[in-house]
Amino acid sequence: MNVHRRLLLAGGIAAPALALAVALGVGSTALAIAQAWLLAHVITSAFLDGAGVGAMTPALVALSLVLGARAGLGWAAELVAVRISGRVKADLRARVLAAAVALGPRLAAERSTARTALLATRGLDALDGYYARYVPQLVLALIVPLAVVVSLAFVDLVAALTVALTVPLIPVFMALIGRMSAAYRDRRWAALGRLAHRFADVVAGLPTLRAFGRADAQVATLRRVTDVYRVSTMATLRVAFLSAMVLELLSTISVALVAVGVGLRLVNGDLGLEVGLFALVLAPEAYLPLRRLGTEFHAAEEGVAAAREAFALVDETHGSRLRAGAPSGAEPPAVLAALRVEGLWVEQPGREVAAPAGLSLEVRPGEVVAITGKSGAGKSTLLGTILGFAVPTSGRVAVLGGDRTSMDVTVLDTGSWLARVAWVPQVPYLAPGTVADNVRLGAPGASDTEVADALASVGLADLPLDYAVGERGSGLSGGQRRRVGVARALARRSELLLLDEPTAGLDAEAEARVLAAVRDEARRGAAVLLVAHRPGAVAEADRTVEVRWASLAEPDAPPEDDAAARDLEAVSA
Amino acid sequence: MSAIVAVMRLGRPVTPRLLLAVLAGVGAAACAIGLTATSAWLISRAAEQPPVFALMLAITAVRAFGIGRGVLRYAERLAAHDAAFRVLGELRGETYARLARLAPAGLAELRSGDLLARLVGDVDGLADLWLRVLLPGASAGIAAAGAVLLIGGLLPVAGAVLAITVLLTAIGGPLAAGVVGRRAERSLSPARGALAEAALETLRGAPELVALGAAARALDGVAAADRRLAAAERRSALGAGTGTLVAGLASGAAVWISLLAGIVAVRDGSLAGVALAVVVLTPIAVHEVVAPLAPAARLLPGLAASAGRVTDLLERSEPVHEPAVPADVPDGPLGLRARGLRVRYPGAGSDALGPFDLDVCAGTRAVLTGPSGSGKSTLAAACLRFLDPAAGSLTLVGADGTAAELTTLAGDDVRRAVGLCEQDPHVFDGTLGDNLRLARPGATGDEIDAALASAGLLGFVRSLPAGLDTPVGEHGALLSGGQRQRLALTRALLADVRVLVLDEPTEHLDEAAARAFVAELPTATAGRTVLVLTHRPELFTADAWTRGPELRPAT
Repeated sequence: MNVHRRLLLAGGIAAPALALAVALGVGSTALAIAQAWLLAHVITSAFLDGAGVGAMTPALVALSLVLGARAGLGWAAELVAVRISGRVKADLRARVLAAAVALGPRLAAERSTARTALLATRGLDALDGYYARYVPQLVLALIVPLAVVVSLAFVDLVAALTVALTVPLIPVFMALIGRMSAAYRDRRWAALGRLAHRFADVVAGLPTLRAFGRADAQVATLRRVTDVYRVSTMATLRVAFLSAMVLELLSTISVALVAVGVGLRLVNGDLGLEVGLFALVLAPEAYLPLRRLGTEFHAAEEGVAAAREAFALVDETHGSRLRAGAPSGAEPPAVLAALRVEGLWVEQPGREVAAPAGLSLEVRPGEVVAITGKSGAGKSTLLGTILGFAVPTSGRVAVLGGDRTSMDVTVLDTGSWLARVAWVPQVPYLAPGTVADNVRLGAPGASDTEVADALASVGLADLPLDYAVGERGSGLSGGQRRRVGVARALARRSELLLLDEPTAGLDAEAEARVLAAVRDEARRGAAVLLVAHRPGAVAEADRTVEVRWASLAEPDAPPEDDAAARDLEAVSA
Repeated sequence: MSAIVAVMRLGRPVTPRLLLAVLAGVGAAACAIGLTATSAWLISRAAEQPPVFALMLAITAVRAFGIGRGVLRYAERLAAHDAAFRVLGELRGETYARLARLAPAGLAELRSGDLLARLVGDVDGLADLWLRVLLPGASAGIAAAGAVLLIGGLLPVAGAVLAITVLLTAIGGPLAAGVVGRRAERSLSPARGALAEAALETLRGAPELVALGAAARALDGVAAADRRLAAAERRSALGAGTGTLVAGLASGAAVWISLLAGIVAVRDGSLAGVALAVVVLTPIAVHEVVAPLAPAARLLPGLAASAGRVTDLLERSEPVHEPAVPADVPDGPLGLRARGLRVRYPGAGSDALGPFDLDVCAGTRAVLTGPSGSGKSTLAAACLRFLDPAAGSLTLVGADGTAAELTTLAGDDVRRAVGLCEQDPHVFDGTLGDNLRLARPGATGDEIDAALASAGLLGFVRSLPAGLDTPVGEHGALLSGGQRQRLALTRALLADVRVLVLDEPTEHLDEAAARAFVAELPTATAGRTVLVLTHRPELFTADAWTRGPELRPAT
């Protein structure tokens, strides 16, 4: 669907804005015509007839009312536009973020999070220009020229014809401007996004850059990037402004034509001064909305470009194979008897490999199964597939119920399934707030005692619950961050616990505490998958399964090892 | 406002271009006003039916103004945008250059989402200071002053009224708007920042928030921030609307009072009847020229806040005091010596490290260990002179015994001699090659291959169809944790430094790879002094390694 139609009609949110813009447009047009007539009348009477203030009191009073009403209408229009724009922005923003979160696990790889955040905030803010100025101006541009031509036709056909012949040229140039500025707008928005991403990346990497003495070199690079941006933007602006210039020339020359034409006919006595002045005051009003529309166009187009990108992102989630956020899947079995992975292959985007390649395993409540394998073998991907963040290329991940009924995780209701699982990624996400806030992210109802117990079980008993955590977990050491992530998972008391290297970065004592807590969870009845490198963690497991990858570039080559053929129970520690 | 002045100073290098933009703008505005004034006179004079040649000059002028306005406006727009983009480039460069002096220790308490908002939002927004406030303000102001003189010459009362109403529109309106919406304007910027941060945090944590069932709550949080912003915007619109109202009323008043005074003046003969239309209609054109100044003036408080945040960053004190006359780093192999070393982050209430003594002789390989939170990364930051000691000393010692305390050396000189492989290395969104050449821009293919081989990454790189030209994604998202760490190791090995500090180098490596890497490390780092900070000292048991003192949490 056309982006303008979606912005103006979708959901009826903007319908009141349109109705109001039309009402205000009609009102202000009528006032403009009244003002022109009153001015022409009073000036003519005073100049040619020598009329005094007393004789023209009614006209002067009427004029003051018209002028006041015009000012009031402008004010009302602005207030209403901001309200409408706020509602549309909030609606779009919520939809974009929900879509981005649903795509979340893949988003980081395919789209920069900073760019998406920029789109949802500053990008959509540009819609203010669209609703507050562009749409009302568009309505005026449709009504005013017509009304002016009709009013002029009653008094002076020549002036009316001059305006009627030149005004239609303006939309023609508008179309040209639209085509030319499309390139300008797309490039400007893309460049802004790239610059934002580049800034975020470079700023995040400043410590690294400084360590290698490259920070100062980046100053030059950034200046160069900005300069390239300026040169390319100026090249497009030169064209975009050129068409705007033609537009302005058309309107000012037309006004000059009307003025000169009226003057010459006045000299010949074909026309009265009152009519002449009326034409002079009214003629510019015909071009003003169109001219303003030209200038509002750029501001509006930035919002339209952002809206287009937002709609694309929202639409993408609807067509996506990802289940995250899928509303109505099947309910998982009431009792989890086992999680079974059967011949799982997952192709890695951008790399011609499958990782894992042909993996099979089973884990039951009370068991701790260690997952080992080289870097890039697909250990984290395995956990992602169980969570539903990645889709198997072949093979499947199945949940076994109490009666050994087997359900594929891809058909399960996402919310219901994830509610049964606790997951600790390699680098746990920590939200700005307190340590307790972070533990409660996965267990909103946990009491202070439960939160404290979870922290104590991973050896963080000394960490106050209200200890402040900054962005990306600043304020905590790397080991503490990981353990808060584990405590968060423990507090969920889930049936399936997925841990991605939970003891990396921990000293031996802390590692032992974490592993003991994991063992306690298994004793409580959880099924545990533990991705592990270190012997301590592997030794804690009941069994070990090794994940392997295979090259897809050489299809004849066997996987690193034919893991698929291996008996599920054969690889025991 | 002082922040705005400070930011305006950055525009000095582009002064000629800024003047050109103002000149073209004055011309365009004068044409618009002239077109109306001349047309009004032309029509009034024509009504007296003079011979046509008496009107020729006016007819020519009307046509010239009609053409001049479009052409000059084009020139103004181009000149103004070009100048504003140039000023923006200066501002971006200055801001980043400052950040580069402050990072990492001087920025510890700033959240990176906020940093991003500052850099992109505030700096980009400041382009409006020139484009929408300063340049149009100057041109419209000059043109309006000319019009006031012209009208005042014809009818002093009308000139005075025009001057007053123009000032009302350009200054009084925004002031009134400011009074109504000041609180809202001030809450707009923080509300925008809060929304940006909520959005960024939600997106950053998306996978876990979904897995934890907390995504809906996080999105509700964003929606709440959005509602607060929308409320602030509505309050601000009320203020902004006041400005529009004042501008509309001022324009109407100018026309109406001029008309009234004009009628009286025509009757008593002090104004020629033919000039009445000029006196009444010219104010309409003048107000059309100054009308855009009202919304522009409303941007000022927001721009002042942005300028304040940017200048705050530009004026922030550095965490490290560079010596006025830096000493020379000793030649040849270097060792490290710490005596009673205490380190504290700027603004922190307690030490992050120390007191601590250390001796790493030139050419040896030392392993330091300590529990989590004992200050391993802080020691690494101090060794690279990202932080100055709060007490005690940290010294580079040459093989011949010459010593130089780090505080007497230039930071960049220190970092040319001492390199770091961080615990959480940043991988830039670019290709593998980009990320490696960062460490040594002129590195040859053989040098890169050797470093890759030492870090155990050569096989992986060779397996990639695009090799070193493979993109790694944002924060290295397309690499596994181990591959990211190996990439950082390769980078550290490639850098031509004499002392190499490795902060938890075996993190994210599987057991076999970690042992293989540690075994190869002495060969890979041959000729360099190596300081390894690890919680896994058992990996470093070979003869090549000496155990240093244990780090303990600061006392």
